[in-house]
Amino acid sequence: MSDDLYQQAIVALARDASHAGKLEPAAATAQRDNPLCGDRVTLTADFAADGTLSEIRHKTRGCLLCEAGAALVASHATGLNAAKAAQAGAAMRAWLRGEAVQGLWQGAEAFAPVRPKKSRHDCVTLAFDALAGLFETRS
Amino acid sequence: MSFDAAVLRAQFPIFLERINGRPLHYLDNGATAQMPQSVIDAVSFHDRHARANVLRGVHTLAERASEAYEGARARVASFLNVPETEIVFTGGCTASINLVAHSYGSLLHPGDEILLSVLEHHSNIVPWQLLAERAGLAIRVLPVTDDGRIDVAALPRLVTERTRLVALAHASNVTGAVLEVAAVVDAAKAVGARVLLDGAQRIPQGPLDLAALGVDFYAFSGHKAYGPTGVGVLWGRGEILEAMPPFMGGGSMIGRVNFAGTTYAPPPRRFEAGTPPIAQAVGLGAAMAFMADLDWAGVEAHEMGLTQRLMDGLGTLGARIVGPRGLQGRVPVVSFVLDRIHPHDLAQILDQHGVAIRGGHHCAQPLMDRFDLPGTARASIAPYNVAADIDALLDGVEDAKRRLA
Repeated sequence: MSDDLYQQAIVALARDASHAGKLEPAAATAQRDNPLCGDRVTLTADFAADGTLSEIRHKTRGCLLCEAGAALVASHATGLNAAKAAQAGAAMRAWLRGEAVQGLWQGAEAFAPVRPKKSRHDCVTLAFDALAGLFETRS
Repeated sequence: MSFDAAVLRAQFPIFLERINGRPLHYLDNGATAQMPQSVIDAVSFHDRHARANVLRGVHTLAERASEAYEGARARVASFLNVPETEIVFTGGCTASINLVAHSYGSLLHPGDEILLSVLEHHSNIVPWQLLAERAGLAIRVLPVTDDGRIDVAALPRLVTERTRLVALAHASNVTGAVLEVAAVVDAAKAVGARVLLDGAQRIPQGPLDLAALGVDFYAFSGHKAYGPTGVGVLWGRGEILEAMPPFMGGGSMIGRVNFAGTTYAPPPRRFEAGTPPIAQAVGLGAAMAFMADLDWAGVEAHEMGLTQRLMDGLGTLGARIVGPRGLQGRVPVVSFVLDRIHPHDLAQILDQHGVAIRGGHHCAQPLMDRFDLPGTARASIAPYNVAADIDALLDGVEDAKRRLA
């Protein structure tokens, strides 16, 4: 695995447009800002009858790591409930801090070069915060 | 006097550092400028030979500390061409503005207006918003032109009979544009309003004659002026400071404390409650002495030469300058954006080249909204910068384009 922060896997993830955009109407919208850098992630989602997330889109205005984090979240979010979404966020944060964790999402290892760059962790996890917010705001 | 950037650079030990195996190309001076050896020595000397509290003790160290602290005040006053009694040491530029917002602000009345601009640093927005909430004031906002200047043509529309204070950046920390101060002062004085300038980005550009400038308050931080962090300055006209109530209460700022009623010291001590940032102020005094010795005409020619080199190079690489394209009426602070490359990512890649710049919203989110940008990359130039710093930045931008665009 390359230690280059901007290795191809992260660039490709950031440029992945498969879940980009906005659901209209959406059952829930969650927007999170990073006050330090101004990055913003807006997630819109619908939910299945059992409360799991059924469809998601992300609109991201931020750095490449923020975009890649949002793409990662959007690609894994379908089928999650609130607890699993929270677990995913906690696992990602712990892993970035250098801890060994269970249940890290496939593709998250592309962010390994970010682990020693503490100032950039929030770029990656902003979308995880927004994901948790979706479950708080769903109608 | 003559100016030689290479000779000056040798006075700054930070440039012995290597960053990611490369020489340091420090172009983040708008955030924090580096300290010359003379300032580092002054702080160290103070802590080794004169560390004590000021204006209290009678022992030798206390005498030395008080002398050094007041000596620093004198050097700042000389740099600004104002009386020493009008210089208040604070914790920084933000603290200086908050002091005015609390103290002078307490003299304002519901319905009074404060005039700001779209390009202000959050430090010159939020204190006024907090005051407006507390005191029922209204905030009006001057627009910004397409080339990143405060639009003084809008003054007649936005300065009203209710305007009590106009608080603006002397130089923008994003676009580098220098304010047309005379136009602002004329408009404000016509309605009896005071003028506060946030001088954080202007002070590193050389001495000022504040009385001649016609403003009423001037705020800046030490760390952008080749001094330590943790110290700033508020200058206020004597008669205005005299009429202002204390902001913080504590030791040093009193006349006599009595439960029947406490009296307060005259300015500047009235506004320096508690133990002030003594060593930092001493360092700032040394920074003022360092700056006072520079050939400022030579510095300006040098810095503007580098600014032109930077803007030309960025233009060749397809970057868009956010701010004035020319050299007139600007400080050497250059913001720019590149298609498909976020400023943070650019800053991260530049770090691999040993180049330090700032990427982001620069605590100026209303200005980012004005230009519909998430942020900009900003290179800010100091007298110790050399052409190699600019060229390293341009090489790094080329690398970033190759990798990310």
